[in-house]
Amino acid sequence: MSLLRVSNLVIDIGVACPVDGVSFSIEAGECFALLGESGCGKSMTALGLMRLLPPGARVSQGQVEFAGTQLLALPENRMRQVRGGGIGMIFQEPATSLNPVMRIGHQIGEALALHEQLQGVAARARAVELLMQVGIPDPVRRLDEFPFQLSGGMKQRVMIAMALAGRPRLLIADEPTTALDVTIQAQVLDVLDALRRKQGMAVLLISHDLGVVARMADRVGVMYAGQLVEEAPRARFFAHPAHPYSVRLFSALPDPARRGANLATIPGNVPPAETHHVGCRFVERCPEALAQCREAAPAWRAVNADQRMRCVLERSPGIEKVGTSRGLPAGRADDAPRSFESFSGQSPSGTAAEGDHDTMVPPLLSVNDLRVHFPIRRGLLQRTVGHVRAVDGISLQLQAGRTLALVGESGCGKTTAGKAILQLVSPTSGQVHLKGQLLVGLSTSELRPLRAQMQMIFQDPFASLNPRMRVGDIITEGMRTLGLAAGREKKSAERVAELLGRVGLAAEMASRYPHEFSGGQRQRIAIARALAVNPSLLVCDEPTSALDVSVQAQILNLLAQLQREQQLAFLFITHNIAVVDYLAHEVAVMYLGRIVERGTTDEVLRNPQHPYTQALLAAVLPVHGPLVVMTRLTGEMPSAAKPPQGCHFHPRCPHADAACRTTDPAEVMISATHGACCLKLKD
Amino acid sequence: MMSLPFQVVVLWSDALFFGLVTAVVMLGMWARRQAPLRHSWARVASDKVAMVSATVLAAFLFVGVLDSLHYRARLDAAPGQAVAQKINYAVEVNSLLDVLLAPLRLHPEKTYSAPLATHLFSKEPLPGSIERGFPRLTWGGAHLGYALEHRTIDIVQRSALGAAGGLLLWLGLMSVMRLRFKRQGQAIESAQKPGAGEATMSQGGRAINALLAVADGDAARKSSRRVASHATLLTLLVLFLIMGVTMALGSGYHVLGTDKVGQDVLYLSLKSIRTGLLIGTLTTLVMLPVAVLLGILAGYLGGWVDDVIQYAYTTLNSIPGVLLIAAAVLMMQVVIDTHPDWFVTSAERADARLLALCLILGMTSWTGLARLLRGETLKLRELEFVQAARAFGVSHFAIMQRHILPNLMHIVLIALVMDFSGLVLAEAVLSYVGVGVDPATISFGTMINAARMELARDPMVWWSLAAAFTFMFILVLAANLLTDAVRDAFDPRTAA
Amino acid sequence: MCSTTANASPSWGGSVYFAPMLAYIIRRLLYAVPILLGVNLITFVLFFVVNSPDDMARMQLGIKRVTPEAIQKWKAERGYDQPLIWNATAAGSAGMAHLTETVFFNKSMRMFAGDFGRADDGRDIASEIKHRAGPSLAIAVPTFILGLGVAIAFALLLVFFRATRADFFGVVLCVAMMSVSGLFYIIGGQWLVAKVWHWVPISGYATGFTAAKFLVLPVFIGVIAGLGASARWYRTIFLEEITRDYVRTARAKGASEAAVLFRHVLRNAMIPILTGVVAVIPTLFMGSLLTESFFGIPGLGSYTIEAINAQDFAVVRAMVFIGSVLYILGLLATDISYTLADPRVSLK
Repeated sequence: MSLLRVSNLVIDIGVACPVDGVSFSIEAGECFALLGESGCGKSMTALGLMRLLPPGARVSQGQVEFAGTQLLALPENRMRQVRGGGIGMIFQEPATSLNPVMRIGHQIGEALALHEQLQGVAARARAVELLMQVGIPDPVRRLDEFPFQLSGGMKQRVMIAMALAGRPRLLIADEPTTALDVTIQAQVLDVLDALRRKQGMAVLLISHDLGVVARMADRVGVMYAGQLVEEAPRARFFAHPAHPYSVRLFSALPDPARRGANLATIPGNVPPAETHHVGCRFVERCPEALAQCREAAPAWRAVNADQRMRCVLERSPGIEKVGTSRGLPAGRADDAPRSFESFSGQSPSGTAAEGDHDTMVPPLLSVNDLRVHFPIRRGLLQRTVGHVRAVDGISLQLQAGRTLALVGESGCGKTTAGKAILQLVSPTSGQVHLKGQLLVGLSTSELRPLRAQMQMIFQDPFASLNPRMRVGDIITEGMRTLGLAAGREKKSAERVAELLGRVGLAAEMASRYPHEFSGGQRQRIAIARALAVNPSLLVCDEPTSALDVSVQAQILNLLAQLQREQQLAFLFITHNIAVVDYLAHEVAVMYLGRIVERGTTDEVLRNPQHPYTQALLAAVLPVHGPLVVMTRLTGEMPSAAKPPQGCHFHPRCPHADAACRTTDPAEVMISATHGACCLKLKD
Repeated sequence: MMSLPFQVVVLWSDALFFGLVTAVVMLGMWARRQAPLRHSWARVASDKVAMVSATVLAAFLFVGVLDSLHYRARLDAAPGQAVAQKINYAVEVNSLLDVLLAPLRLHPEKTYSAPLATHLFSKEPLPGSIERGFPRLTWGGAHLGYALEHRTIDIVQRSALGAAGGLLLWLGLMSVMRLRFKRQGQAIESAQKPGAGEATMSQGGRAINALLAVADGDAARKSSRRVASHATLLTLLVLFLIMGVTMALGSGYHVLGTDKVGQDVLYLSLKSIRTGLLIGTLTTLVMLPVAVLLGILAGYLGGWVDDVIQYAYTTLNSIPGVLLIAAAVLMMQVVIDTHPDWFVTSAERADARLLALCLILGMTSWTGLARLLRGETLKLRELEFVQAARAFGVSHFAIMQRHILPNLMHIVLIALVMDFSGLVLAEAVLSYVGVGVDPATISFGTMINAARMELARDPMVWWSLAAAFTFMFILVLAANLLTDAVRDAFDPRTAA
Repeated sequence: MCSTTANASPSWGGSVYFAPMLAYIIRRLLYAVPILLGVNLITFVLFFVVNSPDDMARMQLGIKRVTPEAIQKWKAERGYDQPLIWNATAAGSAGMAHLTETVFFNKSMRMFAGDFGRADDGRDIASEIKHRAGPSLAIAVPTFILGLGVAIAFALLLVFFRATRADFFGVVLCVAMMSVSGLFYIIGGQWLVAKVWHWVPISGYATGFTAAKFLVLPVFIGVIAGLGASARWYRTIFLEEITRDYVRTARAKGASEAAVLFRHVLRNAMIPILTGVVAVIPTLFMGSLLTESFFGIPGLGSYTIEAINAQDFAVVRAMVFIGSVLYILGLLATDISYTLADPRVSLK
């Protein structure tokens, strides 16, 4: 008998129906993953079966049976015993999910008192035990600390310890690592997986990340617009996804094999929960839709002995190929209006010849020993007692028409570096040359004419557009400020229409306001705004990290297309290695304010020399291929206010010795273009 | 030579008040065209309580506007004088409201009389007699003559007549609106088929909808807006009925009695409305530009500008509000008293004092809003759209004006409506303490101040206080309820 | 002198925890000096520059009795006969007398030393303030504590019944209560409780325990008058807190609704509530203007009102100064209470 059986669960919020008839079951000790993009109803399903729905939402139909008990029929006080006791839950944001004013020990102790009837010393001992289980060093001291004294990864471990306190038979993990850096994500997933195996606990994993699902799940259910559309064991699903949506989720992933070619995209967005569906929910975005798909909702259909889906299409071998080898340029799935044929020619992986060629041309952007230090003031007179060394001496070059990826985990200073290059943050020292012209130290008015040359695209598409301005005004603001508006209203309207067209939006959208657009569309508007002044350098600060994978593919395609058409140079700031591998010509890896390794994409990603680069790559979860359990990077990045002496990486480095603690490593060149800062590379 | 029988007098406060009303109307028209704000307005418009409150406030505003149209009557030339001589105008400045309420204003009694009474409240030596008794009022119920037994019937008759008049007026207004907005209304609610009994109501509702016409396709919203507009019409009906009854009774009685010096309490209450409205609105007019400018400058520029502005508002804030106001008002009083030659009429003098009070209240109350705006600007400054503007080299001024200010407007709006009720209440307290409006200005505060000992009398006189508190309560309650709705609709945290 | 604290190593050790706090307090107190100077300057401008002492004398003496001699006498009695800020004729060592023998120095700067001068009736203002602080506190402190408790309890009740009709009517009641003028609460309360029901005396004051019967009504009225606004505000804070992620975590743990409300929500919501309220505590000394004058309590509030009505500028000035000092203390107390209530905040 299954541990958890959810049948036909329907959740309403007013007229909206975010979960519409979801059924699945989880066996004891099994890890079942709900996979899907944001807005598909994954989290709502989890909250619904815990009966923790937000006000306004209610379960209107369905049954949830857990260990033989009907949860939806339980009185509230019995349900409370299930919560934390039978089913534990951890959430996406460890930063906000712990009570900020309660000590760690008390928060765990609360769960222990409720479900284990443990108090005082016994509870404390058990709490220490739990913290040790989730790998928190020095657990006794941690018990008396407050959440703000812990890093994000540590907080998530505390959340796990708290969820384990009641010895649950099922753990619901709602995007447990989405807010964490990739090396920390790997650590936390290892902890989760080990605990699950040791304790025989079932896990309901909710994730949008195919890599996380591949790492953790036994069985996968794909959710789309409030329904499960496919269900299969992990190996089967990752080898042969069946539903057109699943197939396209895979082909939208950036992949070095598709470099220079377009990624497959899923046009449009997930329909809002208010939508009334008649036919298949995916029909509007499905390139293979048939007439019958619009008329009736497809029923479950077995594709295989253990794989089923809600789709009438027979799996054609061609589609399967998209899913597995992903060699087919799925140009027809692109919603960009001027999608072009599969692009060939120009090998993006910089060959030696190309590298030589590059050195002859003066670089478009040249950064030399750039530093940005923020003072820390303390004490009676607010004297400066130290500096946060956000950027601590980075140098890089970028040629016109090329993409340089600046890679690193959060807090490594990559965003500050980008802003300092654009002079949005004034550098403490160092030089930035754009087209041979020195930018550092120029006044606002001297800088203004140069601003047309360099623009920025930001991470959060919801914060990067002024909600009180029309799209047309947003796009023309830069032109007007820089005197490029060519005077007349009509002309600038034409220009806006042209720009909107170039980023794949309709011209009449100019008169609308940002709130009417989805995240992906907003990012297109932000790109149009930057393009309006004809820049030759675009600093892209994690432009796709807030977007779903299918929308990310749309934006990446657009950027690649613009680069080809306009010879734009990108400084691409990201933490996503897959995106780097797909898009970048060169890579610079940043750690704690410094660049530790740089070179062409192939050199750095295929032949990493610096231990940090190696660890970073090892932490990336592969969607395909065997699971390699590598030695994980331990610990976390120290604060930039107190960087370690010598090599910044030595406290976490498996190869560090005495010299690393004292000596600042200089760059060692492995090839003409490939360099790394590590003392171990000398011999 | 053509000459009007009166001279229009525009007091400073009148000009500012009308300026403010016009500005608010224009701002409203502008806001209706702003798509991001439209949704919020639609939310207010579909809130029943908000619409009822707004209707009540509009009625108060109407009285205030009537009371702000001032004039001086021409004095009839004395019989002996030549007509061509210079025309003299009365020293007294009256308003349109004074004209409408002339029966109340011009028929004072000797002293206290209860609501709808025919006799004075206290025993006095009766004329032509050595006995003490309750003398007849000179105006209240005078039409009854000595048939005092008819008083109840007379009151009922007049009430019924007044109610009927109010109802007729309301129906008339409905049909005018129906004609005027028929086309618009049909455009908005094409499919509606009202039942016979509901016909007028729905037509009126449609008209109100057309007035508020905010393009919003949502069916649920539309139906709740219809409920809201029906509530508005019902409120109007109630207001018209009250008005009709009051007018009918007021033509023969002192509806709310008379005060110590025999003035009609209803008249005083209605006159107080303008003072309350002026204090509630003009103060924010003074305070708003200061608060917005300094708040944004401090938050956006930071550095020493921030230090100076923070110092200024911490210093001002640190002085207890009432004391600062008291000190400033005392000093202002000295200025006004030592310069009697500045003012031609006593109305102008009282007006100057009212304005000065608004100015003082404004100068002491900008700090809260400025601090709020500074904090919000600090957050906005770091947002990516401001960074994007800076990446284009947009000037600081343009960023503040184009990117910061529009995104603060909801806070300003909420602060505006929130301050209003607080200021109306503060006026009463300040006038009670003696640092409010000029004692000659009729206001809720002066009414309460004059009547403060009346509950201690035996038998007690309750109607002046009750009238002042009731009018003030309705005004402030309506403002508070509207504030709630506006805040819910405009605050990004609550407006989903 | 405090260099050691400024350079204290930023470790988590307990001994260095209070050193930054001390440095912070000293810094804030130093920051208060320019603010108090500013306050003095404002009052000085208001009282002596907008109107010359001659104007005040003329108004106080009345139009009829104004003679140059009377004005001079009036000014001399009050010490207003010196130049305002610069005494060119003063002879003194090192020229300091140019500054000290002025109205600004004698009337404004001396307040820093606690010298408030004399009221118009000749009494020493400082000792008067000392006498009157007691009755003011006797009203203000119970009103404050009871008011806070009742408002929080009422708000919690509303939150417990959130999204029900009880909550709706509770909020409407709050809005209605805050729409009523404070004057009405006092006048109505006095009339009903004291005059109709004869439960307590209408007004008056006594020392010792007999004061209780005079205090019950003003305290009760003070609590009721403030209830609407504060309960509604606290309810908003609670509701905001209840949507936080950690509340969901607590529920997922299996905590009961009461545990969630009291152990998690209340504790977090108390941070903004307490710190908002702490700022008020020092100003309790000032008393309540209206309550004290209506109930005949001989406190600082009624002192202020009497001074305003009698246009006794010296007393008003003194009260302004004291009020500012207390306000600044309130700000400091707020910041310190933050560090005590919220582990995340440390003073820098």
